[in-house]
Amino acid sequence: MGNRPVSKINVDTKQDKKRNMKLKEIIEKLNLTVICANDQFENEVSGGYCSDLLSDVMGNATEGQIWITIQVHKNIIAVASLKELSAIVIVKGLEPGEDTIETAKKENIVLLSSNETAFDLAGKLYGLIN
Amino acid sequence: MRWVKADMHIHSVLSPCGDLDMSPSKIISEALGKGLEMIAVTDHNSTLHVPVTVELGKENGITVIPGAELTSAEEIHCLAFFEDAKQTEKFQTFIDKHSSSVPNNASRFGMQIIVNEKEEIIGEVAELLIMALSAPIEEIEQTVHLLGGIFIPAHINRTANGIYSQIGFIPEGLSADAFEFSGNTTKEALVVKYPELGTYNLITNSDAHYLKDIGSKITEYYLEKPSFDEWKMALKNQNNRTLRTL
Repeated sequence: MGNRPVSKINVDTKQDKKRNMKLKEIIEKLNLTVICANDQFENEVSGGYCSDLLSDVMGNATEGQIWITIQVHKNIIAVASLKELSAIVIVKGLEPGEDTIETAKKENIVLLSSNETAFDLAGKLYGLIN
Repeated sequence: MRWVKADMHIHSVLSPCGDLDMSPSKIISEALGKGLEMIAVTDHNSTLHVPVTVELGKENGITVIPGAELTSAEEIHCLAFFEDAKQTEKFQTFIDKHSSSVPNNASRFGMQIIVNEKEEIIGEVAELLIMALSAPIEEIEQTVHLLGGIFIPAHINRTANGIYSQIGFIPEGLSADAFEFSGNTTKEALVVKYPELGTYNLITNSDAHYLKDIGSKITEYYLEKPSFDEWKMALKNQNNRTLRTL
């Protein structure tokens, strides 16, 4: 029967494997609390990174990822900005200090929170986008 | 004025990771034997071995500056030093208020014992001293400075528990009196990697957990005599006081 062009098969496979999700869908599906955000809800999320050492995140996270962490120090904002991450999710219901929130607003970084552990949240996020 | 050899980061047997031989009296004799004139016993999250070490220092002619190595909420290790017993006790109250209640498992982490000048065990600390305090690094720094103390982030170039590994860079507004580096590097090499360090004094210490390591890394300070005030001036390059790492 008719030959399908190879390129089309590739496109299909890619779409099956990884779904591009908008930040607002992820916030909704993972029941995340928005601590601060501006107009980034339509932005696409490329994946996730899970780490609490900022030097590790600076070295290994990539643009568009959601960063899951228990770290609440205000330096997380600068790292997210530098790496152009789509959002930071602070897990376990930990609350960042005022200085962290103020810096996030100033740097236009999306700061989210979840009552789940990093393990549970990362598992759900992985299920959503892979 | 003269050059004073100092090792300001030594763990005693009170630190779970400190060797059982690290009694205050053995630390003093080892330091004297190595030609040091000024030392500090900086146990993890505790100043409880400070009084006995200061006393033994006085008796044996070596200056002991009260100190501790704190673990901040971000798990950054930082050194704090105080002028006298009163400030040290006040700081211990701050530590107690922010310490975790996780108990030590001596067989896994090591014993946390307090000894007297005769090396007799007079107490044991129940909570695990290497846990993080609930206070962020800025709060520790501000508390140390309110008590007139000296605040120095420890082994900043180490891959674990240094300010760079934990939070990436020096946060704006953090007021450090110097930074401590470890290993076989130089101030020049560190400034190439971290240009923001250029305006600070960098010191190095042994971070000894065993007697043989005391004095293995030192900083020399150009002082009138070894004392808290003189050392503080040297860290700030005031009144011709200065320092050099070898």
